[in-house]
Amino acid sequence: MIYTDNNATTRVADEVIQEMLPYLGQFYGNPSSMYSFADLVNKKVGQARAQVADLINADPGDIIFTACGTESDNAAINAAMNAFPRKKHIITTTVEHPAIRSLCLHLQEKKGYKVTFVPVDNKGRLDLDTLYRAMSDDTAVVSVMWANNETGVIFPIAEIAEKAKEKGIWFHTDAVQATGKIPIDVRAAGVDMLSLSGHKIHAPKGIGVLYVKNGIKFSPFLIGGHQEKGRRGGTENTASIIALGKACELAKAHLPLMATEVREVRDYLETRLLEAIPATSVNGDRENRLPNTLSIGFDAVEGESILMLMNQAGICASSGSACTSGSLDPSHVLMAMQVPFKSAHGTIRFSLSHYNTKAEMDTIVQTLVPAIDRLRQMSPFWKDGKVV
Amino acid sequence: MWNYSEKVMEHFLKPRNVGELEGANAVGETGSLNCGDALKLYLKVNENERIIDATFMTFGCASAVASSSALTEIIKGMTLDDAAKVTNDDIADYLGGLPKEKMHCSVMGQAALKKAIADFRGIQILEKPGEMVCECFDVTDLEIIDAVKKNGLENTEDVTNYLKAGGGCGKCLDRIEEIVHKTRAAMETSSTAD
Repeated sequence: MIYTDNNATTRVADEVIQEMLPYLGQFYGNPSSMYSFADLVNKKVGQARAQVADLINADPGDIIFTACGTESDNAAINAAMNAFPRKKHIITTTVEHPAIRSLCLHLQEKKGYKVTFVPVDNKGRLDLDTLYRAMSDDTAVVSVMWANNETGVIFPIAEIAEKAKEKGIWFHTDAVQATGKIPIDVRAAGVDMLSLSGHKIHAPKGIGVLYVKNGIKFSPFLIGGHQEKGRRGGTENTASIIALGKACELAKAHLPLMATEVREVRDYLETRLLEAIPATSVNGDRENRLPNTLSIGFDAVEGESILMLMNQAGICASSGSACTSGSLDPSHVLMAMQVPFKSAHGTIRFSLSHYNTKAEMDTIVQTLVPAIDRLRQMSPFWKDGKVV
Repeated sequence: MWNYSEKVMEHFLKPRNVGELEGANAVGETGSLNCGDALKLYLKVNENERIIDATFMTFGCASAVASSSALTEIIKGMTLDDAAKVTNDDIADYLGGLPKEKMHCSVMGQAALKKAIADFRGIQILEKPGEMVCECFDVTDLEIIDAVKKNGLENTEDVTNYLKAGGGCGKCLDRIEEIVHKTRAAMETSSTAD
């Protein structure tokens, strides 16, 4: 099997599994309990908190463990709404992950909020003028993802955070895709809140983090016990927290690899596909992109068919077309970028990790060349080597 | 991942009757590049109105390719009158069923066939009767009512699965819900009356 769908989820690193296993088995104490058997777990959770904080240059006290990126995103927006009950405006983008996008649509439709969805250009870059002009006294929070999950395009978070700060508006960023792929520094970027997710960085599913800057008037999304200093009720998912700590430590060590080897392997795949298959185009700003992500559209063929043929060869990737997800439109991200339908429907996202090799990329190319050719032979929109 | 039958996968991986058909005397086209699937059906019909050959070109997902392939296999050798009776359910049945979210692929097959038959007989398919509901996928209220009655559709999701209507911009979803509701209410009244 060749796994190139790391923006969907990642393989749990062996070191991470080794780190968490004792806390699934023999060390099962509740970190809140008053005896040594529990306190050793509590100390280990504290160590994990420090490991997470170290990856994003935060204070360990500002790390809140959650169940997933979606919970972190919801908790951040919820906290802003609670802190500013009279402010009924939210600013976000047209290309956010559903964890923010669907929540904002819900708040707009059902809760009387006005939401500004800031558009992007055809390379997926934010229209910053629109974003800044939308900021007003009525704005409760600005939420902009650090990097896009489909195209990998990176947004100028520090600049946006600064503008928000000038206006006294809270700034949240969904850094689920950026974490572990590019350096994240919450202090340098000046963000108030940041979401990240364990399973995108080789920790298990079901563990996330919300960073909340000290001094932000945070109110919990899950109301319950005193865990996480009263900021998130619910007994800690100790084994997964410990796993995430280890994963963050590894992610930090692997950051240089991302910028060099992983980027090289991605670029190699991109170059070879563009050379080998005509009428092929890359989606998104190639200059300013996560080093592991390639969103590439093949004209006149449909994504699900490509995925099925790749699956036959044991290759795992995602499509930008939504036939796979049950809806019929191409992804909202590609539509927001006004990617033409002819390539949007035939878009595949490859997302790599440091486990991938150039040899695997060769296999992908060798599989895709005949697969795309076959589907084009069948397509009514392809004739004599071009789109009709 | 979709739960495709073995037959769907087989027809996707080894589709029958692919390509343009030389000497075709009837063509039916449906779908578009924009909506994510499209089918062009070619027929060769003899003087007795019998389909002696059929081929297709399809842009779309695995089930769209499989549905097209199945359609050509089903109608080869049929008279046009018999072919005109082939329904989307026949195509789905031939393939051992389709996931319900993919039923529109079989509907596309039926639509292309209808157009090809009209093409052969020189009938121009005029503007569709009824009121336009879904502009993204060109679906009228009469088509929705018809699909609800024939396929026992229960909600907007079913309508989107069968006709794609409502699957684009989503502006018409409320209207579809209203049509489904009214049609089902009418069906229940008539069945109690019977």
